[in-house]
Amino acid sequence: MSIVSPTTPGTGATTLTTTPPLTSPAPPVSSPEERFQSLIRAGEKIEPRDWMPDAYRNTMIRQIAQHAHSEVIGQQPEGNWITRAPTLVRKAILIAKVQDEAGHGLYLYSAAETLGVSRQELTELLHAGRQKYSSIFNYPTLTWADIGCIGWLVDGAAITNQVMLSRTSYGPYARAMVKICKEESFHQRQGYEIMLALVKGTEAQRAMAQDALNRWWWPSLVMFGPPDTDSPHTPESVAWGIKLETNDELRQRFIDTTVPQADHLGLTIPDPRLRWNDERGHYDFGPIDWDDFWRVIKGDGPCNRERMAHKLAAWNEGAWVREAAQAHAAKRAAPAATTTTTTTTAGDQR
Amino acid sequence: MSYHVPRAEGEIDPTFNGRAAGGYPLWEVFIRAKRGLNHVHAGSVHAPDAETAVLAARDVYTRRSEGVSIWVVPSAQIHASDPDEADAFFDSDKPYRHPTFYQIPEEVGHM
Repeated sequence: MSIVSPTTPGTGATTLTTTPPLTSPAPPVSSPEERFQSLIRAGEKIEPRDWMPDAYRNTMIRQIAQHAHSEVIGQQPEGNWITRAPTLVRKAILIAKVQDEAGHGLYLYSAAETLGVSRQELTELLHAGRQKYSSIFNYPTLTWADIGCIGWLVDGAAITNQVMLSRTSYGPYARAMVKICKEESFHQRQGYEIMLALVKGTEAQRAMAQDALNRWWWPSLVMFGPPDTDSPHTPESVAWGIKLETNDELRQRFIDTTVPQADHLGLTIPDPRLRWNDERGHYDFGPIDWDDFWRVIKGDGPCNRERMAHKLAAWNEGAWVREAAQAHAAKRAAPAATTTTTTTTAGDQR
Repeated sequence: MSYHVPRAEGEIDPTFNGRAAGGYPLWEVFIRAKRGLNHVHAGSVHAPDAETAVLAARDVYTRRSEGVSIWVVPSAQIHASDPDEADAFFDSDKPYRHPTFYQIPEEVGHM
């Protein structure tokens, strides 16, 4: 086929958006910072090896790391009920869910590592109490209904936030969110189903469901963070495309979605000021007790010490496994650098 | 889950020092979703050796039948083009490489 076109050059090209224009615009001579900002403005993702401002990198590392820590610590309140799940199916489901949380932690540590920190380093910071995880996991799971509420409310709140984050400006974080959101959907539905089963049960089971809702409602609302008026980092995070909606917007969306779900269960949300506001097109709700929230953040929640003690114990008790795996790898690598049985030849499979 | 966690007393930021991952080496994971498709990059795992990396990759990336085959490659073995040089490195101004550049009379029919 001839490459010389008898027709007006470029006319065909304009009809298909996937075809590049005949002459691309001259590459703009710009500073790395300008390039970074123009990518953000264009809604393009920032990728690991791109230049980025130090403050953007540090914000991303901090946010992804505490997100990862939250997934990992989040295994504990639910793991608490694996041995006491009411049926074998519920037990299998709960194990799968807790395993998902571990997986989510790993996706997120991977995303953080693309920014130049190591998982080891982040783990050490968590263990030293120098990095935090979400306060929601510092509340205890007292009954089986708490497992229902964690899936329905805590994972529901997380999904609200994570759907937004799946459009965040840092590529590896956004991609991790897409995968996590798909999996969280199972978590939320299984939680709601637990609540459905309880409200259809005995009087005592209905009371258990209501009690769990009473305890988890407010901490779930707090998960979205302080009100916008008291959230100093929000404007910067919005400018960098890290956050696309504010804490208050996300919290309102979660409430608007969740209230009808509670109504369907026949349960009462523990907020006497909660009512539909026709004018706003949203539910109005009562004030959140931020003092309690700050108390939990600063380490004085019902389970802060227990969670960290358990995490450290698991880490220390697993040390011999990690060392043995490394010793095994070293032993097998040492005698002969020939191919091992598991090494596939990629070329054959392409 | 994800949450806004306000800065608390004693919290510090990890220092960005660009150093390699601590602990086990890092492996890039590629997964073939089903026969007939390429292996596609899925993420990464830490593992002491290739065999363990394949097991970890299975647990982390294929809990919902996402794959029928896994490759793992030491991350240090990946060599990449320079993102800052992308404009000069990649050709983007040859529309005549695309079939839509050429106008074919309608009566000729589909080509």
